[in-house]
Amino acid sequence: MSVAEAPAARAVVRGSSSGARLREILFPAALLLCIGFAMLTLVVLLVDVAVDGIPVLSGEFITGFPSQIFPERSGIQSALVGTLLLMAVCAVFIVPVGTATAIYLEEYADNNRWWNRLIEVNIQNLAAVPSIVYGILGLAFLVRGPLELGRVVLAGALTLGLLVLPVVIIVGREAIRAVPSSIREGSMALGATQWQTIWKQVLPGALPGIATGVILALSRAIGETAPLIVVGAASFARFNPNDLTSDPFSALPIQILAWVQDPQDEFRALAAGAILVLLFLLLLMNAGAIYLRNRFEQKW
Amino acid sequence: MKQVTERPESSSEARSAAGAGPGPAGTQAHNGRTTGPGTAPAATGAATTKPSVDTPPVFEIEKLTVRYGGKLAVHDVSFDITEKRITALIGASGCGKSTFIRSLNRMNDLIPSATVEGSVRYHGQNLYASEVDAVQVRKRIGMVFQKPNPFPKSIYDNIAFGPRVLGMDGNMDEMVERALRRGALWDEVKDRLKTNAFGMSGGQQQRLCIARALATDPDVLLMDEPASALDPISTGHIEDLMFELKERYSIVIVTHNMQQAARVSDMTAFFTVVVDEASGHRHGEVVEYDETEKVFTNPSDERTEAYVTGRVG
Ligand SMILES: Nc1ncnc2c1ncn2[C@@H]1O[C@H](COP(=O)(O)OP(=O)(O)O)[C@@H](O)[C@H]1O
Ligand SMILES: [Mg+2]
Repeated sequence: MSVAEAPAARAVVRGSSSGARLREILFPAALLLCIGFAMLTLVVLLVDVAVDGIPVLSGEFITGFPSQIFPERSGIQSALVGTLLLMAVCAVFIVPVGTATAIYLEEYADNNRWWNRLIEVNIQNLAAVPSIVYGILGLAFLVRGPLELGRVVLAGALTLGLLVLPVVIIVGREAIRAVPSSIREGSMALGATQWQTIWKQVLPGALPGIATGVILALSRAIGETAPLIVVGAASFARFNPNDLTSDPFSALPIQILAWVQDPQDEFRALAAGAILVLLFLLLLMNAGAIYLRNRFEQKW
Repeated sequence: MKQVTERPESSSEARSAAGAGPGPAGTQAHNGRTTGPGTAPAATGAATTKPSVDTPPVFEIEKLTVRYGGKLAVHDVSFDITEKRITALIGASGCGKSTFIRSLNRMNDLIPSATVEGSVRYHGQNLYASEVDAVQVRKRIGMVFQKPNPFPKSIYDNIAFGPRVLGMDGNMDEMVERALRRGALWDEVKDRLKTNAFGMSGGQQQRLCIARALATDPDVLLMDEPASALDPISTGHIEDLMFELKERYSIVIVTHNMQQAARVSDMTAFFTVVVDEASGHRHGEVVEYDETEKVFTNPSDERTEAYVTGRVG
């Protein structure tokens, strides 16, 4: 390039209009503003809850049972135990069913068959069905109806499981799809059967993704209130459920709802404390999901 | 399900590993060649291209046609692949070399739209006979792919995967060492067998994939452009390895590197794209199959000559 060309080139480089430059600044600023607004709302909410809730947090608050008369002696033990049981049973239900469905849809289903496409469309739509509808389903089929389980942990957990199953399936399918087909081919070419290939290559490769999906699903389930109300969780359980199939149970969101609705300020403070406990569990689960993803996710 | 018949000299270990007893009684003829009850090798041999070679065929391919969703990909291929030789498949991209080589161990079964007509007889047994199980076929016929595809596991577990899923008995450490030695990789990795295979170089990964295929003691090794993703030095390693391997294995290799085909192979099949005049649809055919030297110095088809001298392709 000759020296004479340089000034012309510089003019071209400089030539963007001030209007364009303004847009370059305004657009990210607008985006930042939106994020800032969302964050601010969140912070205000958290601070508000923390201010009310932190004073009530104590050992007795965790171990005590709820009382409708004495706020100072009230605690969340039965609600916390109920929530943990619900989550455990829900996990036991959604892990095998969700994984199996994801494997079927990714590895076996022939998309040219109408029933496989139907299943797929259904799962996508189920993910968008309002949770109260699942509650009604649980009430009709699990609590009453054919299974007649009653208002017990098992019925609540299965209802929540059905509610979040689409999440597990969708995330699980993505994890399975992320295992490259060259791995499947390599395995099959060695004389492994399709089942051996899925069990020993595809699933281990997809496991971190599936586990992340399960945790995300549970962190949605843990906050669900409406379906539990419908299947009949108790607002003031004065003892823990002894088993999954006969005793009434409570859960944190139900307990929170009951306290929030109470006219006495002392009870509303208890609600804030319970919200903090729920948020803590939620953070714990999300941290677990992030850890799994960073630690075990396979880079292909 | 019927066991694919094995070479007589294959070890009893491999035989038990294949999960069934010996093939049907009385089907094993002399000189390492086995024939099914209903096949008459002499009759079919005459009809196919048969260059003068001294060893028996491991594959007899007859009128093999492969389609994807009804669209022709490879049409009417017939030739015999010789035992303990290196057979090169050459030709321009898209002429069906991969499709063809994948039909030799029924890997095309994994593509739902693929359909196969004609027959591929492996030691006399038609691999596409209804009683043959594709999984059994792949136990005997190993495959190495274009892009190295190690499993996300340790080097040791990569090699041990095949013997484990096939339920081969014997000392696993010894089997792993033997496979890595055959893959000319042992000295480089013997101190880090437990490290992840993804940490190896591309050339090492490809030799690992070869060693992995050898660990199950196959009879044939199919290689689809095994060196095309590698640097020249790694390519040299792989080629050296192939010379060693052909003592024990029949090797079929797809390559679009002309020099490589000329250097390593004994026999060469030249594939070309044929365009259907009426529909404009393109499919692959074999136009020449002969000893490599003849294909490269004195081809009988002008399309082969144009390709090997570099005028097209
Ligand atoms: N999985 C597949 N589905 C549909 N068509 C395919 C598939 N694989 C290959 N083909 C087609 O078959 C023809 C031969 O391809 P291929 O066997 O890969 O050729 P080569 O290995 O010689 O480049 C090509 O036209 C290709 O588009
Ligand atoms: Mg190819």
